[in-house]
Amino acid sequence: MSMRQQLVVVGNGMAGARVVEEILDRGGRDRLDITIFGDEPYGNYNRIMLSGLLAEEPSDDIFLNPVPWYAENEVTLRHGVRIVRVDRFAKRVYGDDGSIASYDKLVLATGSRTFFPKTEGMWVDNHTLTPGVFGFRTLDDTTAMIDYARRHRRAVVLGGGLLGLEAAHGLRKQGLDVQVVQSSPVLMNQQLDDEAGRILRRAVERLGISVRTGTRSSAILRGEDGSVAGIELGNETTACDMVVVTAGIRPNVGLAVVSGLTVERGIVVDDQLRSVDDDHIYAVGECVQHRGEVYGLVAPLWEQCTVLADHLTGTDPRAAYHGSRLATKLKVAGVDVAQMGLKHPAREDDEFVRFSEPRHGVYKSVVIRDGRLVGATLLGDSSKVAFLTQAYDRGLPLPEKRVELLFELAGPTQAESAKEMDDSVQVCNCNGVSKGDLVACVRGGTKSVSGVMTATRAGKGCGACKSLVADIVGLAAAGDLEQDESTRWYVPAIPMEKPELLAEIKARGLKSVSAVFAELARDGREDVKSKMPLASLLKMIWGPEYVDERDARFINDRVHANIQRDGTFSVVPRISGGVTDAAQLRRIADVADRYGVPMIKLTGGQRIDLLGVRKEDLPAVWADLGMPSGFAYGKSFRTVKTCVGTDFCRYGLGDSTALGIELEERYKGLESPAKMKLAVAGCPRNCSEAMVKDVGVVAVGDDRWEIYIGGAAGASVRKGDVLAIAGSSAEALRLCGTFMQYYRENANWLERTYDFVPRVGLDELKAVLVDDRDGVVAELDARMRESVDAFSDPWLEGGKPVTEGQFRDAFPVR
Amino acid sequence: MRTVALGQAAEIPLGEGRAYAVEGEQIVVFRLRGSGELRAMQALCPHRGGPLADGQIDQDLVVCPLHANMFSLTDGSCVTADYHVEVYPAWEHDGQVMISLA
Repeated sequence: MSMRQQLVVVGNGMAGARVVEEILDRGGRDRLDITIFGDEPYGNYNRIMLSGLLAEEPSDDIFLNPVPWYAENEVTLRHGVRIVRVDRFAKRVYGDDGSIASYDKLVLATGSRTFFPKTEGMWVDNHTLTPGVFGFRTLDDTTAMIDYARRHRRAVVLGGGLLGLEAAHGLRKQGLDVQVVQSSPVLMNQQLDDEAGRILRRAVERLGISVRTGTRSSAILRGEDGSVAGIELGNETTACDMVVVTAGIRPNVGLAVVSGLTVERGIVVDDQLRSVDDDHIYAVGECVQHRGEVYGLVAPLWEQCTVLADHLTGTDPRAAYHGSRLATKLKVAGVDVAQMGLKHPAREDDEFVRFSEPRHGVYKSVVIRDGRLVGATLLGDSSKVAFLTQAYDRGLPLPEKRVELLFELAGPTQAESAKEMDDSVQVCNCNGVSKGDLVACVRGGTKSVSGVMTATRAGKGCGACKSLVADIVGLAAAGDLEQDESTRWYVPAIPMEKPELLAEIKARGLKSVSAVFAELARDGREDVKSKMPLASLLKMIWGPEYVDERDARFINDRVHANIQRDGTFSVVPRISGGVTDAAQLRRIADVADRYGVPMIKLTGGQRIDLLGVRKEDLPAVWADLGMPSGFAYGKSFRTVKTCVGTDFCRYGLGDSTALGIELEERYKGLESPAKMKLAVAGCPRNCSEAMVKDVGVVAVGDDRWEIYIGGAAGASVRKGDVLAIAGSSAEALRLCGTFMQYYRENANWLERTYDFVPRVGLDELKAVLVDDRDGVVAELDARMRESVDAFSDPWLEGGKPVTEGQFRDAFPVR
Repeated sequence: MRTVALGQAAEIPLGEGRAYAVEGEQIVVFRLRGSGELRAMQALCPHRGGPLADGQIDQDLVVCPLHANMFSLTDGSCVTADYHVEVYPAWEHDGQVMISLA
């Protein structure tokens, strides 16, 4: 018989799994045998990230504790089992699969569920929602929504709180028409006052989401097939094929009720999170009612888990939970929102300082009572949130000039406030990580930002705190901050930075990816993540001598087209400078008809994209187009956008179309560490947006051209820096090439110019590339010339496949 | 266990995969660079249905071309998320791709 006590946890969500982690951290395995039941068939995942999943934003793994984690930590996981009854006298729990488990201590972490307001047409029967109606609470809810959204067009979201706006944002990103219906006159009315709610509404509407407030749905209408066809709002009917219900959550207390525990709004617990009826039963998370409060946010739950683990392991017998002060900081539908305490002044002599700038989506307010901060709301700009949270939590003295609470007026920067911040201040709300946790992790020997983020999970939720985390880690590590060595390597398999690797490859004459692995990788083993960056580098170094192994290429580069979500491809022919003619357009139209192209789209780079082409049709499509590849699929030189220039434009100062076409014809398709998008503008009106391109050229008159580098207007937005002013279009053409070659030889894999240029520094780039301080410009230009000369159009491969089955469908059954 | 012949092994270039329809199932077979050994698994990524036959491989892993989830070629476990794909024993016999189905 084990002398250890049996701990059973019911609920494998964020609270249940977290309390187990906290117990393990305190060495609790020595005293407790732990069994955890979860009714979902997975490990534990981060519910906060479901919004990101729905919006298909790139993110870290959603699983906090995948299934193998439990066995590795000697915790018994019973996933897919719902506990239906607790026998408090025999101290046993009963599962819906007939399983029975005995406990000495029982923790209920049953969480909460979607609240479905009573609405006609919502349910088919007691257990089944009308097809097309969804809650937004679980991984299954989310994947079902994504699947349904693919086949439908119009969604209505019932509830304009945090969750509703996240659902609307995600569905909008999935391409649906989305309307949010909110019964209160104000969006996020729990956190925001009327003015802030109005500003948020404008921000949400700018995302293309329509908003109706002050109304609720009376019925959901079904079509002939029984699925959602519309919704009744007051006296009106709105057609839609999908309804998402986000009108609040309710604690899951059924198990506690049938087990005879005191339940009001939640399971009533004392300051040790212990049920008031039974000393062997505890409850934690959203199912709990403590001192009259039920919490629906994640931060209080972390605090509860810490106390409960201290108590259950005996680490701190005096540990007690006194309730949480609610400070929320999050990103909703891409907008920063932070709120704590009062929204409004509540007493006559409360101070209320408020700034509102609806045009820019910014709102800030603070409520001050007796010189102490008792409330704050920040929307659209949460740069002051660190200080305000601390002032709110600890009652710090406030600056005499109250406006300094809202703005940086030569005040401390984020780095300085990171320094002054108290250790107890929570930095990452999503994963409940305080400044103290970060500092302790650094003192424990982890001296890199990514290492600390992995160990503590700080910054792995919504990501809003990442820069603050980096500042704190930097401070705590003082002089010994380590760059993770491997982040400086060009590829994960070979411990060398790019210049060293490049020199080694040249010295050893390594001309194929497999040869590089054999000579330079650890144990000579190939590594899948290293193949594509090595293929790019070798092609640049060796040009026509490169030994091309097709498996080193990503699928896009094997078939010279961009893979789409359904395994079809997109085809973009080269239309240099974005200038085409009627014959080309006719041919493109004929091809689209002949091959049943489902979508023809004009791209941001002024090209024509044929989407949804089947892989086996690619060679015929290219042949019938009779045009060269536009390289819209590669880590390569992509496009040169141009404005009309001097031929027709009344304002043009330089012939931007001619220069744009010449640039594209010369540098087309060059492989590079990340894509390069260019533009040429005929005057500083900048119609082709040249100032926000990787390389941009702007005519300023008299055949003089400004060369911009490192601009971006995609995932990042950055105005380019002026590298030089070229005295002729020929010089502009050459300077662009000099910079691009330097970038190709020195940038890390996937490092866009907007990161590369600030990393190297504009002054350094000017010295090397314009002033030729190091005497390397002629060599750079010569190597660029070799690359240009080695170009051949990959679409010529269509006539004669390079490998067996190059264009064979990856799904033989469709 | 049943053994099925899928076609000429030479149809699969070194280090790449090709997909086959086997009794209504879609199965991808990869050929490892170096040894030329074969590995077979379900052709559909369980995440969003990506075509694993279009993925890149090394000796151990395949990367789905859509969202870069990575799966073990040996046991089908996923190293990036909590998924799993079916794997099948595969080998070459007289120049033919052979797999065995449960």
